[in-house]
Amino acid sequence: MTEIYIDTGQTELPDARGYFGEFGGRFVPETIIPALDELESAYAEAIADPSFHAELSNLQRTYTGRPTPISYARRLSEALGGAQIYLKREDLAHTGAHKINNALGQGLLAKRMGKRRIIAETGAGQHGVGTATATALLGLDCHVYMGSVDIRRQQPNVFRMKLLGAEVIPVESGSRTLKDAINEAMRDWVTNVETTFYLLGSALGPHPYPKIVRDFQSVIGAEAREQFQEMTGCLPDACIACVGGGSNAIGMFHAFRDDSDTELIGVEAGGRGIESKEHAARFADLDISRPGILHGTRSYVMQDEDGQIMETHSLSAGLDYPSVGPEHAHLRQLERAYYTMATDEEALEAFQVLSKLEGIIPALESAHAVAEAIKRAPAMPRDSALLVNLSGRGDKDLDSVIALLPPSVPPKH
Amino acid sequence: MTQAREIHGTAALKAMFARAKSEERAAFLPYFPIGYPTYSDSLRTIAAMAEAGVDGFEIGIPFSDPIADGPTIQAATQIALENGTTVPQCLEAVRTLRGQGVSQPMLMMGYANPLVAYGTDRFVRDARKAGADGLIVPDLPPEEAAMFAGSCAREGMALVFMLAPTSDDRRIELVARQATGFIYVVSLTGITGARKELPAYLTEFIARLRRGASMPLAMGFGISTPEHARRVSQLTDGFIVGSALVRAGGESVEAARDLARSMVEAIVK
Repeated sequence: MTEIYIDTGQTELPDARGYFGEFGGRFVPETIIPALDELESAYAEAIADPSFHAELSNLQRTYTGRPTPISYARRLSEALGGAQIYLKREDLAHTGAHKINNALGQGLLAKRMGKRRIIAETGAGQHGVGTATATALLGLDCHVYMGSVDIRRQQPNVFRMKLLGAEVIPVESGSRTLKDAINEAMRDWVTNVETTFYLLGSALGPHPYPKIVRDFQSVIGAEAREQFQEMTGCLPDACIACVGGGSNAIGMFHAFRDDSDTELIGVEAGGRGIESKEHAARFADLDISRPGILHGTRSYVMQDEDGQIMETHSLSAGLDYPSVGPEHAHLRQLERAYYTMATDEEALEAFQVLSKLEGIIPALESAHAVAEAIKRAPAMPRDSALLVNLSGRGDKDLDSVIALLPPSVPPKH
Repeated sequence: MTQAREIHGTAALKAMFARAKSEERAAFLPYFPIGYPTYSDSLRTIAAMAEAGVDGFEIGIPFSDPIADGPTIQAATQIALENGTTVPQCLEAVRTLRGQGVSQPMLMMGYANPLVAYGTDRFVRDARKAGADGLIVPDLPPEEAAMFAGSCAREGMALVFMLAPTSDDRRIELVARQATGFIYVVSLTGITGARKELPAYLTEFIARLRRGASMPLAMGFGISTPEHARRVSQLTDGFIVGSALVRAGGESVEAARDLARSMVEAIVK
């Protein structure tokens, strides 16, 4: 594998105003507009500077453990009897999820900008852990906002963040999940904007965040595309990734954007099913999801008739978010990417199947992508291939899964 | 005692600032959200503050995710939403207040998403019809304002933008070029909320804004007491009081009215 790089896609979207087609933009209070301008120009300078690339690339190799491998899921593929399934192993990145890619990139950027106070939001806790790790490594001061509901369901990650020296600030407003953690992080940023770097964890928020996060995650697809070709001599028929805010998915999709024979499939959280209205499937339930504005960007937003943001439900905290990154809304509109969903039940099933058949315990988020592969593969020919982004490991989810699978009911398979 | 208003929109705001200026003071605009603590109490509170002699109003439209607001307004608007407050009800509230003879300028203040969901052109037209004079959208910088600018210009409605201590000369120029009615000056880097002290740099800050913007400046965020009002009244063309009045309004209509009155008395010479 050659030099690891940031695919900055300079000639592509977003446009100068931060739009991907009709999605994106910058809907934030005036107070933080200058900070977004400053971030945009600092980022442009950084990516034009070979020493920034060298530093990030060195950390990716010697600290994160990149490149992460692709594993061929032989037993799973055999059991399904159709397409061959390959897994991009972001779960093997340091901290156990892809979130570290972006946290290190933005952490280096913050340091370069001379901002030593870092704030972040977290849902599942993976971005919080990634950020706390990057700030420990880089000697920065870290404060993570986390909804109290998520704190309850992701205890191991809360402990990890604290161990890494971060302050975890519980958020008690609204639904007390990721959405509210972002609200609080933005309020902190508005207040402390002159000294603080907001290390946003997904490909959402005001411009330039969707671009910056995509660029730092694009290493996933760049590696995977090359590795997959080396392994098989061709490209996958489809790439599959789960979509909460959408950072692991956009990171995987970006390198494949011009490969028109490779389908790009995003999997949203179907929660208790679309009919139940308890889900986070922004693209699947157009009765309650339509273009709107949340957290500084125009994208699909789950909202009531009056434009109030709805509470979402997913077993997986990392997918439990009422909006989605604007570039996904654009890719969907272009029909370049296709979005589907997996329910809690399907994700839980995939979680167990992958553990049993491959010895890999996936994050519940990533289990949604695995669930889609399980649905698709049997109907596909044996010489076809699905590349699944296994965005994180499942250790953090054991408590929630144990609670859902009482010992009296043995796991399936 | 319905009292017909002869002027509307930006013209009404212009007259409001001119009158305050002739009295050597700033115009005082309370913010109050519709639906808090109940729909009818919010209307009674606004009407009582009108009687107490305030110059205009920001009529708050509740939103589930108010990122520029501190705990007081977050909690109040959350209660308003739990009370079932909707955008149409907020417009109805303005119509009702006009019917009761409240003649001061009123600006609708709300985050972008509920207005987008209602339809931006439709919202501006219906707000104008209900008797509102302008619009303030805290998460709408001028770069994104095209969706409201055309209809506000057509309806003669003010479209107010904000400037903050972080705004540089380029931002000041941009906002001054696009804002109508007045510029909302955010007194501090932060969210809304009552504060004990006002920032020390206000005189210098306002002077910097005056060099780049010739339109009226109305300051908000943190102005909480009659003493604050007196000080800001000597610096700016207008000022907005939100959280302190919202907190009082949560106690009783009279408490909000009395605080508003004490602020009116503090600024009138």
